[in-house]
Amino acid sequence: MRDRPHPPLRGDLPGERGGENLKVVGRPLPRVDAAAKVTGRAMYADDLLPARTLHCRILRSPHPHARILSIDTSAARRIPGVVAVITGSDLPIKFGILPVTQDERALEHEKVRYVGDPIAAVAATDEEIAAAACDAIAVEYEVLEPVMSINAALGVPKDERIQDYGGPNNVHKFVALEFGEVEGVFERADHVREDVFFFQGNTHLPMEQHSAVATYIDGKVTLWSSTQVVHYVHRALAKVLELPMHRIRVIGAAHGGGFGGKTDPFAHEIIVAKLAMMTGRPVKCTLTREEVFYAHRGRHPVLMWVRTGVTRDGQITAMHFRTALDGGAYGSYGVASTFYTGALQTVTYDIPAYRFEGCRVFTNKPPCGPKRGHGTPQPRFALELHLEKIAHDLGIDPVELKRRNFVKPDTRTVNWLRVTSCGLEECTEKVMVASRFRERKKQAGHGMGFAISSYLSGAGTAIYWNDMPHSEVQIKVDRGGVTAYCGAMDIGQGSDSVLATIVAEELGLQPADVRLVTADTDTTPIDLGSYSSRVTFMAGNAALEAARKMRALLVEAVEAGGHRFEDVTFEEASILAEARFGTLATAGSYTPPKIAGPYKGSGVGPSPAYSYSACVVDLDADARTGLITVNKVWIAHDVGRAINPLLVEGQVEGSVYMGLGEALMEEQAFRKGLHKWPSMLEYKSPTFLDMPEVETFIVETIDPEGPYGAKEAGQGPLLPVPPAVCAALHDALGVWIDEIPVTPEKVVEALRRKEKGEPARYGPSAFPSIPYPPTIKVEPPPKDPSATAASI
Amino acid sequence: MAAELGSRAMFVAGGTDLFPKLKRRQFEIDTVIGLDFLPREIHNGSNECTVDAGVTLADASRDAHVNARFKGYADAAGLVSSPPLRNAGTIGGNLCVDTRCNYYDMTYEWRKAAGFCMKKDGDICLVAPSSPRCWAVSSSDTAPMAIALDVMSLRLRATPEMRSAYVKLRRRGSIDFPIAGAAVAAQLDGDIVTSCRIVLSAVASYPLQATAAEAFLKGKRLDGEAIDQAAELAARPAKPLDNADLTHFWRKRMVRVVVEQALHRISDQGAGFDG
Ligand SMILES: Cc1cc2nc3c(=O)[nH]c(=O)nc-3n(C[C@H](O)[C@H](O)[C@H](O)COP(=O)(O)OP(=O)(O)OC[C@H]3O[C@@H](n4cnc5c(N)ncnc54)[C@H](O)[C@@H]3O)c2cc1C
Ligand code: SF4
Repeated sequence: MRDRPHPPLRGDLPGERGGENLKVVGRPLPRVDAAAKVTGRAMYADDLLPARTLHCRILRSPHPHARILSIDTSAARRIPGVVAVITGSDLPIKFGILPVTQDERALEHEKVRYVGDPIAAVAATDEEIAAAACDAIAVEYEVLEPVMSINAALGVPKDERIQDYGGPNNVHKFVALEFGEVEGVFERADHVREDVFFFQGNTHLPMEQHSAVATYIDGKVTLWSSTQVVHYVHRALAKVLELPMHRIRVIGAAHGGGFGGKTDPFAHEIIVAKLAMMTGRPVKCTLTREEVFYAHRGRHPVLMWVRTGVTRDGQITAMHFRTALDGGAYGSYGVASTFYTGALQTVTYDIPAYRFEGCRVFTNKPPCGPKRGHGTPQPRFALELHLEKIAHDLGIDPVELKRRNFVKPDTRTVNWLRVTSCGLEECTEKVMVASRFRERKKQAGHGMGFAISSYLSGAGTAIYWNDMPHSEVQIKVDRGGVTAYCGAMDIGQGSDSVLATIVAEELGLQPADVRLVTADTDTTPIDLGSYSSRVTFMAGNAALEAARKMRALLVEAVEAGGHRFEDVTFEEASILAEARFGTLATAGSYTPPKIAGPYKGSGVGPSPAYSYSACVVDLDADARTGLITVNKVWIAHDVGRAINPLLVEGQVEGSVYMGLGEALMEEQAFRKGLHKWPSMLEYKSPTFLDMPEVETFIVETIDPEGPYGAKEAGQGPLLPVPPAVCAALHDALGVWIDEIPVTPEKVVEALRRKEKGEPARYGPSAFPSIPYPPTIKVEPPPKDPSATAASI
Repeated sequence: MAAELGSRAMFVAGGTDLFPKLKRRQFEIDTVIGLDFLPREIHNGSNECTVDAGVTLADASRDAHVNARFKGYADAAGLVSSPPLRNAGTIGGNLCVDTRCNYYDMTYEWRKAAGFCMKKDGDICLVAPSSPRCWAVSSSDTAPMAIALDVMSLRLRATPEMRSAYVKLRRRGSIDFPIAGAAVAAQLDGDIVTSCRIVLSAVASYPLQATAAEAFLKGKRLDGEAIDQAAELAARPAKPLDNADLTHFWRKRMVRVVVEQALHRISDQGAGFDG
């Protein structure tokens, strides 16, 4: 496997040419889709209304856990305007994003597992008729005891388990790994500390509700959808509809935000396709806001226990980390999420011996899955606060303690993760200096807190095992200009702009000169989609290869004509090249290096590069009310190279916004099996007025494998925000809130306990006893970072 | 027309309360009667001011005269929800805004799943199952202020000694309904309270007048100690239930804080119209 995937053509790797020679990479140019999005001209899935479109509504379960005894659709079918009604027996084949958890049906006809589980769907001439028809469907249930918490899921179910696979009771997945020997090291440590933390679940809250429109013409299904992953939707449709992939086309419509919430194939996508096949008419379904809360796949609630041994001067000697994830009713990405709660601790801190035990349980709630930072904000929260507390125990400045343990560039972690570029030191220094953190005055009610984080630039392994590239780009040049084709989906993060910028840089154009065709399974080569912060790195490298090949053709033709490439216009160059070579088309692809460790489960965690962030939060906290006002956030992010600094800043600020929302208010809460507030008014996320000033610093470490040295920016900067808030709160009021979100009631309660002489904290009191299987012992890697391992 | 259609019709002004409720099937009607034809002006007299029901919250909150003489009222109007809703929502609509409960202000499908409650389609209260009445919360921002100002038909009357203040507690800086609020209007002679009205929002099904605190303050100097005691008295009758944002224990504690803050504002305003 190539380690540096795209050897420079003609020896002119821009990194080697020097950043100053770059023409458009590194410039804060407006996004290529900015005008369309801000003027409302972009065509979102819900804007599409082909002639004769039928509208689809979905009947959903009102019970968190029940067996379906019968479904009677006859009254619904009789309503004028109703064209088709389907139930689970029309779509019996199960699907799911991961091959190991094919546990969902587009419509359930045997059992429902959460309030909102789809049961039947209606296509009618308008939405109101479809809704009335759903109301007219009679479903008979045998109601079962719902399982609504991690503890309940670990116990023996009163009626029956939620899924018929997994571990004991309602356990879905166990992970138990040990790298090096931790127990002996704990015994020898100067200080050992244990803590328990809880990170409540929350949801993505994209502005755009999920929407899909399908047609069935000439035996072919075409689906426009608001999805992050056209390729995976394509696969799921083929499976459930039992159609070959070439008879299905999936097109990503303009996207109004995903954050991970549109990374699974969804029931409504399959349903509209099926209804279009049955009726021969276009069928459309736009989820209501309430249904978006049920579609969920958001942040797992995670209970965490962590034990760490340190030397007197704060050097970590061993760590044991346990997590328990409340997965909701289905698998979704949950197996990966479970691994992620234990994978990246080692990527920021050098932990010589590490043991991780994870457990995901099923509960009768909407399924959890990947949300910005997938599975890692929760352990990051716990880890940062835990180290903060150890520093307090030892009387060492927490920043200093963390710093002493920072990983170094070009190393391999104890769990075999390969670290290349790493700007942790630079990021820390930036925010320390700018925030004057060290000079802050101790003042009751005012505090500052610090935290760091790291995240993947794309997962090193695909969701389904294969040896094909993860991203592919084709470029066509002709008299009319240049077009780049790529399956990647711009979900608002700006991946279209990144592709256009890379192609433009190589061909000597401006990004706006490059036409893009993206996220269309008929016309674009495969890209696995917008998740795990993979697009800039992977599609970017594919685009770089394709563009360099194209540039080579153009240069060769121009020079053969006796000119210098720099002296001719792009149009002249393309005419010369087309005359010389015929049709001008090049392709590039990216396959991540095989760097996973030699153990089962090592596929989750490896990434070709990790981004790093450091953050300082400044806040005021009122001891009487518990109300918190965040005054300012300083954040530095090591993005490798900012292909467009404006986009990087946007991603960093958006991450800070989302991190603050999770830290202070967002909460996916349930009452008697029912989501407490599936509405944008009641589910609190910050408004403009709650957003503090953010000062962003971009740190460039020029990653050896990223395109022009670029790494990710879309997820990592969220991670340090919640722990930095809690560290700042401790600085302000002297209480630990070991549970996210930090609501004013919790602060007041912690202060009350402090006053009474009890431990000055609010948070979970204990970690449940979980029957983890015996740990798989893994030999740590050799110290030489270049040593590669066999794959799992 | 309204008489003819009876309960199958409702008036609509800005529609910011009514339309979301219609979407959630909380009212089942066939006809909405627009109130666009009604006058929508603020009439400023020397010592009084009449606000037509059709005046938008944005206009009322920005009016210079209302701000100078009825600061609490202007603030209350300006603290409703968010700018787009204040541009559409009216003063009249705000007085009539329906009581709220997070077991009730949900979609039809959600309410059906939860079990309908006595406010519509059902017969028990989900918050207090043994209660014979509904405990949905009065959440209008301007209604308590209007009561505190002893408003007659939206005619606000002022004397040179009259001061008013409205303090609203909500989770976020915008959009949210109050989770506790205090509207205070007081006449002061120097720093002595000659009369005073304190009305609480979001702690009961109606704007709750804190009569004990009012009586206590009458004739007292409005200093820190008096404010403390009055706030304590005002908070006593407030009985928030678990049907709004955050816990009701905490909200109960916060009533005292908002009353204190409102009284401090009154005391800081100084005499005269431009406080
Ligand atoms: C997201 C959101 C947040 C909100 N936040 C707040 C808040 O913070 N504080 C708050 O107080 N309110 C809030 N509201 C409620 C509402 O926006 C305001 O109360 C607004 O003032 C209502 O005025 P309107 O003109 O839109 O009323 P409408 O919706 O038009 O009417 C409301 C009710 O009053 C009746 N009505 C209206 N005008 C008259 C009239 N002249 N005569 C007789 N009956 C009349 C209608 O029939 C209806 O029953 C919020 C609403 C939403 C959707
Ligand atoms: S207080 Fe009780 S009756 Fe009233 S709306 Fe809420 S649940 Fe229904």
